[in-house]
Amino acid sequence: MIKVEHLGKHFGRVKAVDDISFDVAEHETMVLLGTSGCGKTTTLKMLNRLIEPTHGKIYINNKNILEEKPEILRRSIGYVLQNNGLFPHYTVGENIAIVPQLLKWEPKKIQHRVSELLEKLHLSKDLLGAYPNELSGGQQQRVGLARALVSDPPVLLMDEPFGALDNVTKAKIRAEFKALDELKKKTIIMVTHDVQEAFELGDRICLMDVGKIVQQGTPSDLLFKPKNKFVREFLEEQRLQLEFKTITLKDINQNVAGFQPEHSVWHVLEKLKSDENKSQGFEHLMSAFYQYKQQQAHE
Amino acid sequence: MNEQQQTLWDFMRQQSDKLLTQTLEHIGLTFISLFLAVLVGLPLGILIARKRKLSGTVLGVAGVLQTIPSIALLGFMIPLLGIGPKPAIVALLLYALLPIIRNTYTGITGVDASVKEAATAMGMSQWQILFKVELPLAMPVILAGIRTATVITVGVATLASYIAAGGLGEFIFGGISLNNTNMILAGAIPAALLAILFDFLLSRVQNLNIRKLKKATIVLPVLLLLLSSFYLIPSAYGSKLTAGFTPEFMGRQDGNLGLQSKYGLKIHTIVISDAVMYKAAYEKQLDVISGYSTDGRLKAYDLVVLNDDKHIFPPYYAAPIVREDALKQFPELEKTLNLLSGKINDTVMTELNYRTDYLHQSPGQVAKDFLVSKNLWRPDRGGNAGVVRIGSKIFGEQYILANMYSMLIKGYTDYGVSTKTGLGGTKICFDALTNNQVDFYPEYTGTGLLVILQPSQNVVNLVEASKEKTYNYDKDEFEKRYQIKWLKPIGFNNAYALMMRKKQAADLGVKTISDLKNYLDKK
Repeated sequence: MIKVEHLGKHFGRVKAVDDISFDVAEHETMVLLGTSGCGKTTTLKMLNRLIEPTHGKIYINNKNILEEKPEILRRSIGYVLQNNGLFPHYTVGENIAIVPQLLKWEPKKIQHRVSELLEKLHLSKDLLGAYPNELSGGQQQRVGLARALVSDPPVLLMDEPFGALDNVTKAKIRAEFKALDELKKKTIIMVTHDVQEAFELGDRICLMDVGKIVQQGTPSDLLFKPKNKFVREFLEEQRLQLEFKTITLKDINQNVAGFQPEHSVWHVLEKLKSDENKSQGFEHLMSAFYQYKQQQAHE
Repeated sequence: MNEQQQTLWDFMRQQSDKLLTQTLEHIGLTFISLFLAVLVGLPLGILIARKRKLSGTVLGVAGVLQTIPSIALLGFMIPLLGIGPKPAIVALLLYALLPIIRNTYTGITGVDASVKEAATAMGMSQWQILFKVELPLAMPVILAGIRTATVITVGVATLASYIAAGGLGEFIFGGISLNNTNMILAGAIPAALLAILFDFLLSRVQNLNIRKLKKATIVLPVLLLLLSSFYLIPSAYGSKLTAGFTPEFMGRQDGNLGLQSKYGLKIHTIVISDAVMYKAAYEKQLDVISGYSTDGRLKAYDLVVLNDDKHIFPPYYAAPIVREDALKQFPELEKTLNLLSGKINDTVMTELNYRTDYLHQSPGQVAKDFLVSKNLWRPDRGGNAGVVRIGSKIFGEQYILANMYSMLIKGYTDYGVSTKTGLGGTKICFDALTNNQVDFYPEYTGTGLLVILQPSQNVVNLVEASKEKTYNYDKDEFEKRYQIKWLKPIGFNNAYALMMRKKQAADLGVKTISDLKNYLDKK
């Protein structure tokens, strides 16, 4: 779906992005993870040409986007910003309808689509006529997301979409985000510096440092097969929690009644914790988890 | 002023027609200029917000324009655009430019970067971003700039009357020249009220919420155009010839009022400042102007004085006036000063003024050249039998006369000389004389009569009729009241005069003011 080849961006002598390549499959979520200044946001912004690359090629659906007209390209790529970037002089409704207006949709169709999205994103209809400064941070971020999704673009770029929210709101919106069916059909590239977020949302992760990709792979690749010391140390602090969240029932060959094989150990434990009767299953699960870990370490 | 003091209210009611016209002209002038300034300034502000490299240069130039004194800027406009509304509008436009450009630039560059990024990322074109995002969000700041520009323009527009563009400045500057407080206030108060009113209205617009602001931005240009149309370009109506008179001349009995009542002269008249009047006549912007008969610019711009055949302009013959005790102290003085009597006529004085005012020769040199040519010059005897103190008013003609007297006294007597030139106006000069600070200075008969003696209107009418009567009345009264003696007149008459371009006057066969009237009355 998205193919990036030898992409680079130099600001004077500084190589913000230094010759990186990666692929993203259709309907996959790819997370660009790294500390500030590692080049992840620059990489993201080259994908919709907010920043023009110094060298390299980008293909979306086998089309070289550097040969397309930027305005037309951007209308088919959703974009969510950290500070939501809502137009302060537009109402919620008008903000969400910006892209359809540009695409010259029928007013009826716009109206229908906007109310559909409001419902999916748990926003009250009363907010349609409100201005962004009258909304809470969480509501603003939801409106930002609705605006990016409104024209149903196949690709979605997200720049620290939850970065400006407090931890409680962040967790809540992240959960909603995971459950949103609209997003399941999208190819998503997301930038974050939050390791938990990357592991929770990413099908695959590109860990970046000083403009280069240090390792790319699934969350469990990064956890159990770290390429070097940098990757190991980057994840060290939150390792245990990440492992619980990454290893699924399927991985450890366990069947627990009422859960799917794709559910993470973390998810199952959270549910069981509150259920006294299942404490036996709890211990069994834990031992299987540690066994699996042991195994991974020896591979 | 010997007439009964009238109140400001009386004056405004009496002049209500004129007041209304001037106010409408003022509003029109302000808003035409403002409209054009927005038309120029807004795109420039947008341009420099896009191309930041240009911002220094553009804001710099607009800033420099702002620092040029208003009168000077109006002056610069005359050679380029002549007189009347055109140069006034351009000058006002230039003044209004800086706040509009600067606020547009500040407003647009101040739009939240993430909002602009979002707009770009959603696929808006540059123009869409400008009109849908940047301009609406910058609008409060831009409106603040327009508000500043409006107040500046209302104020500066008063100066437009200097170059015959009308407006409330006609009352203000006419009032200043005529020392008529009511007239000044009749212009100044409405001008101040206009500034306050527009400032208030625009502050209301500026503080509107986003939704209403959208509507206001549409209504505003329409309103601006409407207000601009108040200004009916004065040159739209006209007679065969156009006259330009100073505000002072306009309001005087021995000026325009007399021309109308005694000659019945009907001519399309515009009000203009003395500083630019001669040049405007030379450049054929004006045909008839009011001036002073010995002004050097008369020669410089090839103008000719029309004969005042009905004698409405009082005689302003120059003569030295001396304190009598000084005449006793310096017995030789009277004889020496009278050496100049009858030697300088209008043409000669104009020529001499031309050399100092226009060719910028020193008054001393001009004085010496003249005395030499008349065989009056003698070398300095270096005498020390007391020092005669000469006074003079603060303009070229008086400097030349003071220099001549100084040379004559040094050459013909054993007295020393000290000159105190440049003594402000008549009042200062005369006080210096009566308080024994100077011994004599050259004065004009008309000034002596109207400024110093100030007799009743009947007496003025009686003695103004001929130059001898004025001179004799001055001479007697000064002697009686101040023990000051008028010596013999020098010969020239520096009075008010109507003048025209020499060639045009000859072509039309106009020699006197009556000729002019007859020409104008002929269809």
